Amino acid sequence: MSLPIDSNPSFANYAHPERLVSTEWLAANLSTEGLVIVESNEDILLYDTGHIPGAVKVDWHTELNDEDTRDYVDGERFAALMAAKGIGRDSTVVIYGDKSNWWAAYALWVFTLFGHADVRLLDGGRDKWIAEGRETTREKPVAVPASYPVIERDDTVIRAFLPEVLGHFGKPMIDVRSTEEYTGERTHMPAYPEEGTLRGGHIPTAASVPWAKAAAEDGTFKSRAELEEIYLGEAGLAAGDDVITYCRIGERSSHTWFALQFLLGFENVRNYDGSWTEWGNAVRVPIVKGIEPGAVPAGYGA
Amino acid sequence: MSEMPAALAEIVEDFQSVTEPERLEMLLDFSEELPELPARLAEHPDLLEQVVECQTPLFLNIEVEPGGEHRVSLFFSAPPQAPTTRGFASVLHQGLDGLPAAEVLGVPDDMPQLLGLTRALTPLRLRGMSAMLARIKRQVSERVAAAGS
Repeated sequence: MSLPIDSNPSFANYAHPERLVSTEWLAANLSTEGLVIVESNEDILLYDTGHIPGAVKVDWHTELNDEDTRDYVDGERFAALMAAKGIGRDSTVVIYGDKSNWWAAYALWVFTLFGHADVRLLDGGRDKWIAEGRETTREKPVAVPASYPVIERDDTVIRAFLPEVLGHFGKPMIDVRSTEEYTGERTHMPAYPEEGTLRGGHIPTAASVPWAKAAAEDGTFKSRAELEEIYLGEAGLAAGDDVITYCRIGERSSHTWFALQFLLGFENVRNYDGSWTEWGNAVRVPIVKGIEPGAVPAGYGA
Repeated sequence: MSEMPAALAEIVEDFQSVTEPERLEMLLDFSEELPELPARLAEHPDLLEQVVECQTPLFLNIEVEPGGEHRVSLFFSAPPQAPTTRGFASVLHQGLDGLPAAEVLGVPDDMPQLLGLTRALTPLRLRGMSAMLARIKRQVSERVAAAGS
């Protein structure tokens, strides 16, 4: 049983307003049956310092990933995780988190790989809830174990792997990392440890649109008109485009994936979760350094 | 040879003697014990060095006594929404504050890996911890060199 959608007028222009809820809506629905609130953060301890009443935690690193296969959990483990968190297949799930919902969007993307139908983001995330002085608690809810079917993960629709990205040249890609990461700038100073990627730069032809451009100052998503100006205007996407987004490990690009798919209504957006960590280190995979997107590499593209 | 100072060794042992969920709770406790910056630093953020490898803002400053064993004082600043970063800073504070410079410089570089958190925390997070320790040591060396011996 799905909860009613948030009829907040600021969501009305989005392609899929049913994918967002406001802090007001959530505060009014905290104890509504059929709703499970999930907090998903970059910081593994943050939930324990205080969370929205009734919220359960899902940790992206230890609960959604499989450490041996460098992949997401399979259908059986996802079903077990959902059951343990009190989430049924027809639950309405609202996810929120730190850092303007990076990890929350990432968790929502993984839920979507398993086809969970009603999963929404809290617009503005954890920071907005706290900034508004809303109630938090350290009391961990006792999840009522639910039953969740074993669903095979579908990696074909919203997920891209490296060979598919190589086959994508000629079609638009969005690099959502910072400008310094996009250009491949590095700082080299003694005792300033480097990140673990061998090469700095970006995937040839990818447009640079740092994820934060989609977010307003309070961490909520910008209006549809503003988002269109950024992605259709500046980045040159056109309605109907087949788009791939990436970042360093796929979390910030989940935020952009969400904006493109659910707020602007693009129907073919895939998140390349291998992202720069894989691409920057892969053998015989071309990159471009500097601020220009660069051309389709020889031998690739249509 | 590197050797773990006694106070830090005891903290590491405490972490190692409990289960992973308990380690995370301990780290949370540490995060709440991180002292505030003294006013002279809080009012001069330019004196603090940012650990850019951390995923959340962390700033640190090291002072060493001008003479003798150059005993070290450590100062950290990290926001409450970064409890993991605060927790590790607090471990280093409780394990190293007030020790002679040579002992701080002798802390094994792999000390962050010894807390039993390598599964629960991401590799980037662990690199942030190693970077914090590396920057502390570099500042200690610089301050000692500046003080002369």
